[in-house]
Amino acid sequence: MLIETRGLKKTFKSRGKEVEAVRGVDLAVKEGEVFGLLGPNGAGKTTTMRMLSTLIEPTEGHAVVCGHDLARAAGRVRRDIGYVGQAGGTWGEVTAREELVMQGRLYGMSKKRAQARAAEVLESFQLGEYADRNVKTYSGGQKRRLDIALGIMHEPKLLFLDEPTTGLDPQSRAHMWDEVRGLRERGTAIFLTTHYLDEADALCDRLAIIDHGEIVAEGTPNELKKEVAGDVVAVGVPERASEARDLFAAKDFVREVEAGEPDPATGIAVLRLYVDDGASALPELLRALDAADLSPASIELHRPSLDDVFLKQTGRSLREEK
Amino acid sequence: MKIVRDTWLVYSRAMKLNLKQPVWLIVMLVQPIYFLFLFAPLLDPMEGAGVPGFENGAMETFVPGLIIMMALFGSAFVGFGLIAELRQGVIERMRVTPVSRVALMLGRTLSTVTTTVFQSLALVLLAALTGKLDVYWPGVFLMLLIVMLTAFMLAAVSLGLAIILKSEDAMAPTINTLVQPIMLISGIMLPMAMAPTWLQSVADFNPFYYAVQASRDLFAGNLDSDFVWQATAILGVLTVLLVWWATRKFARAVA
Repeated sequence: MLIETRGLKKTFKSRGKEVEAVRGVDLAVKEGEVFGLLGPNGAGKTTTMRMLSTLIEPTEGHAVVCGHDLARAAGRVRRDIGYVGQAGGTWGEVTAREELVMQGRLYGMSKKRAQARAAEVLESFQLGEYADRNVKTYSGGQKRRLDIALGIMHEPKLLFLDEPTTGLDPQSRAHMWDEVRGLRERGTAIFLTTHYLDEADALCDRLAIIDHGEIVAEGTPNELKKEVAGDVVAVGVPERASEARDLFAAKDFVREVEAGEPDPATGIAVLRLYVDDGASALPELLRALDAADLSPASIELHRPSLDDVFLKQTGRSLREEK
Repeated sequence: MKIVRDTWLVYSRAMKLNLKQPVWLIVMLVQPIYFLFLFAPLLDPMEGAGVPGFENGAMETFVPGLIIMMALFGSAFVGFGLIAELRQGVIERMRVTPVSRVALMLGRTLSTVTTTVFQSLALVLLAALTGKLDVYWPGVFLMLLIVMLTAFMLAAVSLGLAIILKSEDAMAPTINTLVQPIMLISGIMLPMAMAPTWLQSVADFNPFYYAVQASRDLFAGNLDSDFVWQATAILGVLTVLLVWWATRKFARAVA
């Protein structure tokens, strides 16, 4: 295990009030995997990551990172991890090469070694062309690549990435995903936070969903989705939503019904039915609606997404948060 | 030693950044130059007129004070650069490396001390060019030690404040509120010897009053003045305390 935490807590004092940002997190991250912490803004993702990367001290709880006790051997932890914050880590009138060499030297490399490693990293992140330009002239994607390059200068076992693709255009985002996969192939484990469902789904071997400072689900994306149900049927009803809901809930092939609020503009309420086999459930559902003289405005069948997982665990949609 | 190596690394990065923006170093000289040419001539009649505090001559009294003023303002504002670096994640990135926390602070502070020394020398040379200033170089170099302590201490305070305040908008009024009265009752503009007794008593509690007096005495070659050892002791103790305080802020910074 690269990370193991027990009851990790962080309480901030803000204007006399105590805010529990993280309330008892248990996590395990294995060697070589991409682990994602998925959750809405303010869920405690960044705070958890900042604790694990030695930037802030936990209020309570215990954590072992790369084999070292976080509370007693923060210095050893720092040697083995890399960290790329949301803000990046470079600015202004410095060049990529200068910053990379400096970073290597902060990790104790000799000047010569740092220069050689910087050249290597610049090459592999396709930054060679801009290596000697000031960072302030970089595009968002180039800057982000440099941020990651700085994080892996010392070849850490574990790399923390805080919201690695927030604010990137779709193309840079795709590049970033490739970089992350490439690092994983070379054996670096990655711990990332994200509020993008597709990112968590596409990139992570395993993930934990966090909400209000607590882990609400943990597993591989597939495991998590299977937990929800086989399929999700979303039925939009223009009226008598609660009647339709009771009707569906009475069916024994329907595992669970989630009723959404009616849309203020159209008056249509969406009911989400979790069923084992959506294809065979559809005709039955339509017949039942017909018999009750209810006509659906829309009907949609889909495989459960991570949003369904989040919705089921928290009663809210992650998409609505944005 | 790790801390020396780390301090050197942080220092050389900070110096490189300073040198890439030489405009700043010149801007910091502009204000003292204004004072030198637009205010100092007003003091000419003091020379030989028996006004208390001007026994060493007008320019010989004014220039050392001016240098302390430059050290005061130049260092007190270095926190602004740190706020930008905090916002851009530079400090956070460095705090995740095994670099010594003390070095993160010392490296930056020492780069400010270096630029202040160069600015002071430039100012002495400029003042000497006016032809009204007698320069006693061994005194100037001893005075630079006081200037260095002043810059070192204030740079540490400014960096610590930057970490607490985290915003330029809060930083500017805070620094001004702190530095203006300190400057006024340190006798930089006019010697405190001219002040009424009550104001002199207030000045006795201002560490920079001793810095200014010691600088004047050293500049004039009065190496055995009491102010010299008093300033060294007061600034020395304060510097140690404030550097320790700022280092703690650096180690715990929540950016």
